[in-house]
Amino acid sequence: MSVFVLRRLVTLLATLVGASLIIFLVLDALPGNAAQMLMGADASPDAVRALTVKLGLDQPLAVRYLHWIKGLVLGDLGNSYVYGTPVAALIAERLVLTVPLAIMSMLITVTLALSAGIYTAANHNKLGDVGVMSLTQVGIALPNFWFAILLVLLFSVRLQWLSAGGFAGWEDGIWLGIKSLLLPAISLAVVQAAILARVTRSAVLEVLREDFVRTARAKGLGKREVLWRHVLRNAMIPVMTVMGLQFANLLAGTIVIENVFYLPGLGRLIFQSIANRDLIVVRNCVMLLATMVVIVNFVVDVLYAFVDPRIKVHDL
Amino acid sequence: MADPATMPLIAVDNLGVRLNTSRGPAQAVRGVSFSLKRGETLGLVGESGCGKSVTALSLMGLLPDSAVVSGSIRLDGSELVGLADADYCGLRGNRIGMIFQEPMTALNPMHTIGNQVAEPLRRHKKYSAAQARKEAIALLDRVGLPDPARRIDAYPHQFSGGQRQRVTIAMALACGPDLLIADEPTTALDVTIQGQILDLIADLVEERGMSMILISHDLGVIAENVHRMMVMYGGTVVESGPTDEVFRRMGHPYTQGLFRARPKLGARKGTRLKTISGTVPELADLPSGCTFSDRCPLVIDQCRAALPPMVEVGPGHGVRCIRTDVSMAERVGALIA
Repeated sequence: MSVFVLRRLVTLLATLVGASLIIFLVLDALPGNAAQMLMGADASPDAVRALTVKLGLDQPLAVRYLHWIKGLVLGDLGNSYVYGTPVAALIAERLVLTVPLAIMSMLITVTLALSAGIYTAANHNKLGDVGVMSLTQVGIALPNFWFAILLVLLFSVRLQWLSAGGFAGWEDGIWLGIKSLLLPAISLAVVQAAILARVTRSAVLEVLREDFVRTARAKGLGKREVLWRHVLRNAMIPVMTVMGLQFANLLAGTIVIENVFYLPGLGRLIFQSIANRDLIVVRNCVMLLATMVVIVNFVVDVLYAFVDPRIKVHDL
Repeated sequence: MADPATMPLIAVDNLGVRLNTSRGPAQAVRGVSFSLKRGETLGLVGESGCGKSVTALSLMGLLPDSAVVSGSIRLDGSELVGLADADYCGLRGNRIGMIFQEPMTALNPMHTIGNQVAEPLRRHKKYSAAQARKEAIALLDRVGLPDPARRIDAYPHQFSGGQRQRVTIAMALACGPDLLIADEPTTALDVTIQGQILDLIADLVEERGMSMILISHDLGVIAENVHRMMVMYGGTVVESGPTDEVFRRMGHPYTQGLFRARPKLGARKGTRLKTISGTVPELADLPSGCTFSDRCPLVIDQCRAALPPMVEVGPGHGVRCIRTDVSMAERVGALIA
């Protein structure tokens, strides 16, 4: 087991180095000088040059790359070109919203998807299956921002249970924070849950056709016992794969919902930084997202080995 | 109520199974009747798709929900056809055990073999985890798995095909069933292992006084392992009787064809294998009348009119053919044509 984890860790580090190189080179190749951008088109060439030197943009590529990596390792990400404040603080401010939102949304997704997926598979081709599967079809087709607006109309405008936007923060109690993230979390979860429910259903159905299911029935286990004891664990591998992808997506790809609900999340920070050519923020945010995706995949890989005893052997 | 000593353990009467196939409803089994006393063994032989596995699964109550079963299956006098699944669960793995064809896929890859063998014990005998584990080790030892105390916590992928089949046998026998159904238990194994597994099954059947239904397409396996046999074709039993009698006299043209189609040791190199001409009909479009009529060398118009009755040709030996006068006189010669 530990060898397996170690090997995965080495792969993880190598992936991160590769990702950092690509991020650095691509952003460096972007047209437009950050200094010029910050000073405006009318700035004198001397002033622009002075700022270029001050930001360290005049140094060779390799030096700048190593400087950045050193900063990443030591936790010093530099200062934002636009705000002048430390990038690390800017990102941390957004993470206290984005990470809890992603976790909440994932919890809702998994709860809805597993119950719907298992229910429909157990009732294959019956009325309940057809009904729930039609619902997931609708769920996949829904644009989440539109669904978000419907939620706001119902829960904020009509029922006045929840606020229509903004983030309450965690200082005034966890409950207030959760309350303000509830509608965004649901809006994000609906589409994801619909997809994951379909994945779960087909995974369970596939396992139900396996020979060992019949063996388990031949031992005298009822259909339900077979489902819980023998089928689900076998069906979890594809489900976990999709769950990992979805969680990574929830961390990075929520900008539309953030905008609908006026949430100061990571997505908005990246979007604004790109618009402002605040490349140092963009670079670090993208690196952070890459790191989170790689870590999520690592966790999923390790979980595979926990679920499926065959995996350790194959990978050693 | 009949005397329990003479009452058959399992009595099947006019069993019919209708399956919903992709080509529409198909009568997979019709008019199958037999009975088996305690300690008796019965072989079911036939090509794939002849209904032998469907017959076995209907005894287990494990046909798909859409299957329609007619006729009667009685275990110790109580009716199994139409039994609620919850009640059936109390019989499966407890009074009726089953061994399947594919040991590689018949075990759950995610559970240790110990847990899988212990499962029926915990379910039916209400053993504690420790009791069930002890019993599982004893069972695995009995079926010849090497070093069971140490390997009980291993997973199926860590065993060979033959060892896995031993594990499934231990599972089927865990609760000491009265009836063992073995559906092609050696087909997926190496030839060298096949003999060992069959010997093991034979020993266990003898030692525990179980009844057994052994399903195989291999006449050699049937000849050596069962008292009585039934030859199935197109969902019907075309010949049944004591194994020795059937092999000695072979009344049905299909049985003769099967026998002639076996590869033989010592045949001259280049000798073509004999085959039965034509192909197995789809269950959805069986010929009317005798199911074998389309491929039978002795067919006459009358064969296609109606399903022939079982003709008694010897003590307990029946043949479903109206041309036994010809087939049994000319015997194997009839199929050279």
